Amino acid sequence: MIAELGHFALALALILALVQSVLPLIGARRLDPALMALGGSTAFAQFALVAFSFAALVHAYVTSDFSLAAVVDNSHSAKPLLYKITGVWGNHEGSMLLWVLILTLFGAAVAWFGGNLPPDLRARVLAVQGMIGAAFFAFILFTSNPFLRLSPAPLEGNGMNPILQDPGLAIHPPFLYLGYVGFSVAFSFAVAALIEGRVDAAWARWVRPWTLAAWCALTVGIALGSWWAYYTLGWGGWWYWDPVENASFMPWLVGTALLHSAIVVEKRDALKSWTVLLAILAFALSLIGTFLVRSGVLTSVHAFAVDPRRGVFILVLLGVAIGGSLSLYAWRAPALAPGGLFAPISREGALLLNNLLLTVGAATVFIGTLYPLFLDAMGGDKVSVGFPFFNRTFVPLMVPLLLAVPFGPLLGWKRGDLWAAAQRLSVAAAVALAALVLALLLTSPRMVLACLGLGLAAWVACGALVEWGERLRLLRAPLRDSLVRARNLPRAAYGMTLAHLGVAVFVAGIAASAWESERVDLLHVGDSVRLAGFDVHFDAVTPIEGPNYRADRGTFTVSRDGAVVATMMPERRFFTVQQMSTSFTAIHTDLLADFYLVLGEGDGKGGWTVRIYQKPLVPWIWLGAGVMALGGLVSLSDRRWRVGAALKRARLQAAE
Amino acid sequence: MTRKRRRLIAVLLGLGMLGIASALVLTAFNDNLVFFMTPTDLATKGSPEGRQLRVGGLVEQGSVERAADGHTVLFKVTDLSRDVPVRYSGVLPDLFREGQGVVIEGKLGPDHVFMADTVLAKHDERYMPPEVAEALKKSGHWQGEHPVAGAAAGAEAKP
Repeated sequence: MIAELGHFALALALILALVQSVLPLIGARRLDPALMALGGSTAFAQFALVAFSFAALVHAYVTSDFSLAAVVDNSHSAKPLLYKITGVWGNHEGSMLLWVLILTLFGAAVAWFGGNLPPDLRARVLAVQGMIGAAFFAFILFTSNPFLRLSPAPLEGNGMNPILQDPGLAIHPPFLYLGYVGFSVAFSFAVAALIEGRVDAAWARWVRPWTLAAWCALTVGIALGSWWAYYTLGWGGWWYWDPVENASFMPWLVGTALLHSAIVVEKRDALKSWTVLLAILAFALSLIGTFLVRSGVLTSVHAFAVDPRRGVFILVLLGVAIGGSLSLYAWRAPALAPGGLFAPISREGALLLNNLLLTVGAATVFIGTLYPLFLDAMGGDKVSVGFPFFNRTFVPLMVPLLLAVPFGPLLGWKRGDLWAAAQRLSVAAAVALAALVLALLLTSPRMVLACLGLGLAAWVACGALVEWGERLRLLRAPLRDSLVRARNLPRAAYGMTLAHLGVAVFVAGIAASAWESERVDLLHVGDSVRLAGFDVHFDAVTPIEGPNYRADRGTFTVSRDGAVVATMMPERRFFTVQQMSTSFTAIHTDLLADFYLVLGEGDGKGGWTVRIYQKPLVPWIWLGAGVMALGGLVSLSDRRWRVGAALKRARLQAAE
Repeated sequence: MTRKRRRLIAVLLGLGMLGIASALVLTAFNDNLVFFMTPTDLATKGSPEGRQLRVGGLVEQGSVERAADGHTVLFKVTDLSRDVPVRYSGVLPDLFREGQGVVIEGKLGPDHVFMADTVLAKHDERYMPPEVAEALKKSGHWQGEHPVAGAAAGAEAKP
């Protein structure tokens, strides 16, 4: 019964979304306040309905209601409660419901925080959100309904893939979707601006916090996914340029570009139509990403043939959303009033360079990801694009970007002095060179590229600190003055410094992965092996019993020069429902390096395949991503964005 | 600087970058496009020696042997018409077993033994990698098992 109510709520939400996508638009055209205000009410109601529907589905999973097909396919009564709940979004149908839940949450948030928006802009933005919602509700109800009943109901479900039963993966999809769907707000603002034919600094000030919030969530979501792959898949890598990963990375790249270009619109009223285009592209790539991962098209183009209705619906939806918004852009963008002029060497110019490199980088990832699909769909050869492709196309594009990062904030708006900026950065250059030389001297084996990477990280980090010091007039003004300046510096400035430091930490983590060492051995209890100066002793294997698995747990003592560093217990788990084994890795970290142990298969004669890695600076990869996201959050807390701030400023200006 | 000149510079910069990117993409495609072959393709069409390939099929029953060093594994991949001997060093994915579909990536050695550097086996026994299904269809041994689209997360093993 509860499932039927959930189903019904979803159908009602579709009708409300249809109302929301038409009436506020008419209201905005006729400047009818009642019709314009309707968008807000329907947005709240939609969120309430979808939240109810989602709760109904969670209820079905928690109570193991095996009369629902989705529950049978993805759950099992013996599964721990946490994974019963996360199982809701561990499959196509449930994840689409989570998607619309977040979409309606953002819609309601725009209605809630948008009190200071001009009413016609707010109405148009909500109408576009309503259109996106209507398309997704229809998609769920007609092709991917999670509330379909089975009759007769089976007694037990099929369970969930064991490697997905993990806390890291449990929270990864919600963050990822917060990011994907968050870009829908920027998209709606862009489409609304195109309909109005007006983009100004105020518009950018409204768009930027939404983009920033989405970007932070996406950063965290991608980092969580990569961390999960690192510790569960058991071969020590953290990024494979897998299509599923690329699908989330492309919107991140374009979203990063959007964040930066929105600054130019806000401060200088320039790059307006480019920013609108980026907002459209970021959401278009989010849509493509969602469908690439969830439709099964990546596993095989022929997955579409399994359920052609779903495939056709997706293609039509993508075609209308992307084609429609881009056509609207082509038609209306020339009408946007051109903005302020700037010289190529200026902060605007630097931000434009950042944008070009990021979008071209996204384009190379796009080609590498979709080319095999395209070739297969055209009936050509079956090919795959290996990960060296991405290292050879994407990385060379990012190096100039990282070299340019410290210059950007030191250049003035409109016309910058490159030479003055370079002089201020001489300290950073010296530190970077010193880091490079030290790395070359101290590390073995000698890896020139990795050392250059470390130097680059030092350059970005020191560049960010130099810029911060410049703002404080550190060492040039009395310390007390600098402290006062530090306190008065806007949060957005701190956010930028933090985010750029995060980039540096991240780059250092990647560069240092060149020095990782590993070995694979067949070990018996009592054996010892040596890796990177650590001695690993195989103490014991004990059978243990988990909630829905049995496992062999290995105990290893890791020591260095006789002193015990850690006792590590990797497991090999056997899930009884699915009849399959997974490895549960053991990782010891001191934030400077990870020691990583995997217990592989036993040979039945007391020998176990054991894989050991020592990975310097690997934790910095996620640490760096975390610092970037933190920078975004700090910038988001800037008082400029607070509700009412823009309004107050407008009133002040009016009073002047 | 006039508006036109500024726009011209931006457009030229963008085009230049796209040019560099296309050059990078094309050269990288040349070396990194991995072609898929079935065991029958390998046996009949001959082998581009030293080129990175993907081969899909089933692990032949009774063919898995472990070398004395404990981590090198020898096995055969078959499409039920022809088979290829494979050598792989490292930890096999958890679902690797005889009779199961696998996709291997690596190079054909001079002794016609395929030196795999990646072994992919999907983490779900209902699931058949699309390449393997393709290989079986081509060799006429397709049993009509229904691949479960998108159900399985992949697990890969690299040495």
